[in-house]
Amino acid sequence: MLEGMLIGLQTALSLKMILVVIGGCLIGTFIGMLPGLGPMSIIAIMIPVAISMGDPSAALILLAGVYYGAIFGGSTSSILLNAPGVAGTVATSFDGYPMTQQGKAGKALTIAAIASFCGGTIGAILLMIFAPMLSSVALLFHSAEYFALMVVGLSAIAAFAGTGQVAKAIMMTTLGLIMATVGEGALFNLPRFTMGIMDLQSGFGFITLAMAMFALPEALFLVLKPREMKDSGSGDIKDMRITRAEAWAIAPVIGRQSLQGFFIGVLPGAGATIASFLGYAVERNIATKEEQELFGKGSIKGLAAPETANNAACTGSFVPLLTLGIPGSGTTAILLGALIALNVTPGPRLMIDEPQIFWAVIISMYIGNLVLLVLNLPLIPYIAKVLMVPRNYLIPFILFFTLMGAYIGQNNATELLILVGFGICATALKFADYPLAPLLIGFILGGMLEDNFSRSMQLYDGIAFIWERPMTMGLLVIAAILIVLPSYRARRARINQAGVADGD
Amino acid sequence: MALDRWISLILLGICLAYGYAAWFTMDEGLAPFMQRNPIWPSTFPKALSVLGIGAALVTLFGLEKSEFKVGDIDYRRLHEYKLGQAIALLALMVIYALTLRPFGFLVATSGFLIIGAFILGERKWHVMIPVGLIAAFSVWYLVSQVLEIYMRPLPGFLLGLGG
Repeated sequence: MLEGMLIGLQTALSLKMILVVIGGCLIGTFIGMLPGLGPMSIIAIMIPVAISMGDPSAALILLAGVYYGAIFGGSTSSILLNAPGVAGTVATSFDGYPMTQQGKAGKALTIAAIASFCGGTIGAILLMIFAPMLSSVALLFHSAEYFALMVVGLSAIAAFAGTGQVAKAIMMTTLGLIMATVGEGALFNLPRFTMGIMDLQSGFGFITLAMAMFALPEALFLVLKPREMKDSGSGDIKDMRITRAEAWAIAPVIGRQSLQGFFIGVLPGAGATIASFLGYAVERNIATKEEQELFGKGSIKGLAAPETANNAACTGSFVPLLTLGIPGSGTTAILLGALIALNVTPGPRLMIDEPQIFWAVIISMYIGNLVLLVLNLPLIPYIAKVLMVPRNYLIPFILFFTLMGAYIGQNNATELLILVGFGICATALKFADYPLAPLLIGFILGGMLEDNFSRSMQLYDGIAFIWERPMTMGLLVIAAILIVLPSYRARRARINQAGVADGD
Repeated sequence: MALDRWISLILLGICLAYGYAAWFTMDEGLAPFMQRNPIWPSTFPKALSVLGIGAALVTLFGLEKSEFKVGDIDYRRLHEYKLGQAIALLALMVIYALTLRPFGFLVATSGFLIIGAFILGERKWHVMIPVGLIAAFSVWYLVSQVLEIYMRPLPGFLLGLGG
């Protein structure tokens, strides 16, 4: 482990990598600040750049930097404008924006930056402890367990989709899996479902799909419904210092939320968004009566909690990606797609076979968090100017970068038409409240899921592997429970409610 | 019928077509030695079609109760939003895709950025045109010179390629 860390340090501390981290964080902050553009869109747009760098460590470090930067940028627009750039920072605006209204924008930004830094750094330490442990367990897994594990991951994503949304999420996951079967599979060497169209021979492009699922609908939503930008005096951000008493007040919050956020992030399907809301709720519940009064009106604890939790969760979501090769969120699914495009297969063997990638990513997390604290924080008043760029210029650029992302990877103009077509479908799905992340996760996991399924089928000459391997059986039972439980609980809640009159 | 159920009906159709292809058309051409395999190219798609049809039916018949909530945009009042602009921009993207090769990157891109801003209501030509041209050139420079991915900058006849 120590040897691996040294290799990672050597890779991550080279001048090139440090520049890559700084660049990634700045770009992420810049775009993450724009309301409406989430980290998935930003990462999808950056993938062609990352892939063309050719070096997997550099690519992953760049994309990870963009990811933290986007979350950080999202908090900035939450605090200054009450317009969260990303879903994971909605809870930040509950107390961050009231602080801005009280003229304490500088203080709020500092608290957010410190909380993010601590959450991210503690998360990285936990990642260093847990990832190798999980890797060594995962090495015992066979294809049957991998298959079952992916089913658990996909079910958990569906289960976390929300009340009344489970069937829709399963539908989307299945659609993603179906789309993954189009084209020539590695296992059978014969084209499937191509309908004789040459362009489908190699299957759907993953970047095109990512752009169409996230970047294009988000941009179209911005066109359809321009957000009102309320200027709340964000032009003058001053007095960024916090007092010793305030530091003492938020320290325990940061400690608790780093741990809680990290472990929520590890769970598939529960990412930064759930972590931040849950963190906020928990801290409000355990606060004293007087402090509870302040929540929602500019409480520093209420600001520190979601900020710590969302960053810790971002780091936590790397655990299943790096150790099992199974992404738990849309963002990590996009990262997985980028890695596969670079011929790196994340999984338990990544730590052994390519320690420089594994450890460089972890080390770069520390550097990235440091960059956000020492470089981005002082620059925030200037970066915030990007919010003033008129929408008339911004939107054509976003659309252009979306198109470019799909074009550069394939150098094929047909891909652009596919992008627009899928983008329209995705927008319609978004209108009808179908979750889009499960589709992309299903699409990316589809190939691996089928490979592992086929291998176990061949090994056991049928589906006997399900009951002959207890671990597989156990995992599949967990998957079934995850799917059924939300509907069961919702039904029970309704039955309980039925006897109660609607009091108002 | 609400939009989500219409969509589930379409998805059901897709799953049925996919299922038909998997169950009835894929196994015909299978080589005899592959038929003894426990897994066929159609095995996994068959399972997926069943799962997809099931999930689509649950949504279609509203078996899973959910309270309707209006998201960022209420599609039932779509005409109240800037629908015209969105459709015009989508059309512009299609035109861009079709003109990128024949017109070359610089012409197509600067045109896209300028007309895009125009559609959104911008009328300051003295800002739009320089911004579009500079942006198109800098992206072309970055992609082709720094990332070394070739993109034809100008129309073919200007580069002596004969169109």
